[in-house]
Amino acid sequence: MNLGDWISQPVNWVFTLLALASAYSGVRVVTSQNVIRAALFLVGALASSAGLFLLLSAEFVALTLVLVYIGAVIVLFLFGIMITRAPLGRDVALDHKRRAPAAITSIILFAVLSWASIRAFAGREVTGVGDATDTRLLGEALLGRFVVPFEVVSFLLLAALIGGITLARKDLSPAEEEAREAT
Amino acid sequence: MLVNQFLILAALLFSLGVYGLLVRRNAVMVLLAVELMLNAVNINLIAFESLLQTELAVGQVFSIFVITVAAAEVGIGLAIILMIFRNRSSANVDDFNLMRL
Repeated sequence: MNLGDWISQPVNWVFTLLALASAYSGVRVVTSQNVIRAALFLVGALASSAGLFLLLSAEFVALTLVLVYIGAVIVLFLFGIMITRAPLGRDVALDHKRRAPAAITSIILFAVLSWASIRAFAGREVTGVGDATDTRLLGEALLGRFVVPFEVVSFLLLAALIGGITLARKDLSPAEEEAREAT
Repeated sequence: MLVNQFLILAALLFSLGVYGLLVRRNAVMVLLAVELMLNAVNINLIAFESLLQTELAVGQVFSIFVITVAAAEVGIGLAIILMIFRNRSSANVDDFNLMRL
């Protein structure tokens, strides 16, 4: 498939748009000097990958991503940022001074990953674009073939819930404990 | 659509996550970079599902599992950061040396 054929498919224009938005937001998440702005750019990155999932006809996963990540996780992050009194506003001390080794590591990682995927999957095209995935199929897979991992994950969520409460609640001193019991 | 365009975008997002993980000093920012990496893995899973068209939509089921575990991880991670912040009045990962001998 040459470049002309690739550009002539309108679905690739949408992909390019979403990929540019995703890459830009990703760069801003790791380079932004404002904590709140970094968290909000993560919303952009996640929203554009939800768009990519819609392109690949994974509607249920795309909507789960929007609900769980953008709806809940980002709000949790904003709470975390505000509770730990992260420096709001511009702050140059948010990054280490030695950025070069980290940048070299990630560039090498990117080169290796993309070299491997170009070698392994050159010219392979995704199929089934435009046919929606049946959510019923997903539900039957989750509660049929994957019922044990499903139960394990639900137990993990319960453990995380209890662990989160235990970790984050304030321990009362003995005097405060007595005062509370007296009332 | 080629499958490689998705894989390379996911590789880019993953490397950005690694960069953020190494370079950020605030623990909440480190968790944000981890989220970026998990999201890159999800893109890979969905792209491979679209390439292979498995009978049970395994790629999509796995990405739902990844999203669930990521939600649990953020809850616990933020609780731990909050506890350390309460004890040390800092969310800077350079100050976290509790386990150093």
